[in-house]
Amino acid sequence: MSTTTHDLPETALWPVETTAEARVRGYWGSVLRRLLRDKATMIFGLVLLAIIALAIAAPLLAPFDPYKDSIIGRLKPFGWRGHPLGTDELGRDLLSRLIYGARSSLLMGTVPVAIAAVIGGSLGVIAGFAGGRVGSVIMRVMDVFYAFPSVLLAVAISGAMGGGMLNGIIALSMVFTPAMCRVAETTTSQVRSLDFIEAARATGAGPLTIIRHHVLGNVLGPVFIYASSLVSVAILLGSGLSFLGLGVKPPEPDWGLMLSTLRQSLYVNPLICALPGAAIFITSVCFNLVSDGIRGAMDVRL
Amino acid sequence: MSAALELDESDRGGAAQPLLIARGLVKHFRVPGAKGRGEGKVRAVDGISFSVFKGETLGIVGESGCGKSTLARLLMHLIRIDAGELIFDGEGVEAPDGITIAELRRQMQMVFQDSASSLNPRMPIRDSVAFGPYVHGQPQAEARRIARDMLLKVGLNPDMLGPRYPHELSGGQKQRVNIARALAIRPRMVILDEAVSALDKSVEAQVLNLLRALRRSFNLTYLFISHDLNVVQYISDRVLVMYLGQVVELGPVDEIFARPKHPYTTALLGSRSSMDPSRRIEEPPITGDPPSPIDPPSGCRFRTRCPHAEAICAEQMPALSAWSDRTSHVAACHLHDPLSGHSRAGTMGSA
Repeated sequence: MSTTTHDLPETALWPVETTAEARVRGYWGSVLRRLLRDKATMIFGLVLLAIIALAIAAPLLAPFDPYKDSIIGRLKPFGWRGHPLGTDELGRDLLSRLIYGARSSLLMGTVPVAIAAVIGGSLGVIAGFAGGRVGSVIMRVMDVFYAFPSVLLAVAISGAMGGGMLNGIIALSMVFTPAMCRVAETTTSQVRSLDFIEAARATGAGPLTIIRHHVLGNVLGPVFIYASSLVSVAILLGSGLSFLGLGVKPPEPDWGLMLSTLRQSLYVNPLICALPGAAIFITSVCFNLVSDGIRGAMDVRL
Repeated sequence: MSAALELDESDRGGAAQPLLIARGLVKHFRVPGAKGRGEGKVRAVDGISFSVFKGETLGIVGESGCGKSTLARLLMHLIRIDAGELIFDGEGVEAPDGITIAELRRQMQMVFQDSASSLNPRMPIRDSVAFGPYVHGQPQAEARRIARDMLLKVGLNPDMLGPRYPHELSGGQKQRVNIARALAIRPRMVILDEAVSALDKSVEAQVLNLLRALRRSFNLTYLFISHDLNVVQYISDRVLVMYLGQVVELGPVDEIFARPKHPYTTALLGSRSSMDPSRRIEEPPITGDPPSPIDPPSGCRFRTRCPHAEAICAEQMPALSAWSDRTSHVAACHLHDPLSGHSRAGTMGSA
């Protein structure tokens, strides 16, 4: 190759390259395959599915009416008069209340995170892709929210708006939006600096087309992973709000609220008082481990 | 395939009109000042002028950091031009009666150095190739068909490799995809920014031959940027040598490699490793790093490393000129200007 006279014969028809392995698997296909191989994630995923199924089918599965109280049957032990997990401080069936309580806990865990992922994610993609002043303005506003500890912020917002589940969800959404925004912004600005974005610009594509075809696909993964890890935090925070009397109102069954009211009976029947806490713990652990598993399965060195 | 034989309708300026003319291109990047000296400027591209003729390959060589890649991005308008003008086939880019940047990009495409990062990792490669035609208004099915066709043209089986993701392909295959992507909207000119530099030597040769074949069958004009002199010599018709954001020498490839005029070109050629033991290099022909483009030397920018530097070199910036001999081979050096006042002026070029 030292001089131009050493020309290799040129042909326009090149031997077309193929690969030995003809099987083609898409990205999501390979993620699913890795997930199915991951035993721990599958087991915790099944537990999680069972909890979700319990919450959905609560009226069918709960053995008693969760609101039916009894003066004589308060804080009774496991198995008392057909109550499998005993009764609470007002004599209501604890198992039924736990099953119904899964509804509000899962709602508090997923809805705020989903809202935050959409709002924060979009803002983050805009900030990351636009950069410059637009990006700075968005991110500095988010930083203001960031400056407060999340528990304090949630308590302050739902305290200002009053209690109730809806206000609790709004408060938690506002708490998680800056974090989601930051994740989306960081990923977007990383992606934006890669050559394929330049190549797309050189092709003549406008910013919206580039975001739709080249940015979103690369940002969705990290945003989804982060969101799934936030669900357990949201369940805990939501329970915390209910515990403080700012989320779900009594007599609605909610794990956080149950923990709060049963707390006073800790010395009467400690086992029953610990049950809502155990439910919160198991659910958030499941969400955490499953999101870890998904993170692992999605993390391909590309 | 038959495009080369027919009259190209998009060829508006005629055969003699250079496809691309750059006049006095300037790009300065602002950098925060060090040691409280205030804001500085990196003179990445500092007044570059050249023409690219239809159907030729113009090679651009120079050390890392001399502004080669900045020049490529300037030509594509991926970064804003500070000063200077660009004329594509006789029509000024962004000029009042000229063509828009969008129209320029339809006719000029670019292949980047990093074959991996210039493909979307979450997109099957056939979609990456189809993206250009799709953006330019082709329906999805037609864009797919063009992508298939282009993948075949660069020697990749569209049925087996098309649905794959970039990480499943080798470096050479990825760079072929990038070439297919650049050619999918049928540009007339392709800028190859270190397009083969990251590849293995054997793969590099394959891709270079592919590029030559494609140039012929699509009637392309190449701007080939590389730091590898052997590669540039192999593929180029003319060569432009850059140093610290300026052109120091420009001429036909055989002329430049056989009779370099500028001391920097001589040094670059001397620094090539050779397989021939009788051409052993006794001492390093060029030493040290290039000076900072933030505060370039006065006069000739190469004088700090030039063995022939004299007082005049610090005072006056040499003009790019053919001086006494062939008009197509120009260099910016006082040694070739009989009137420059350099003590050895006129003695070097005649050798």
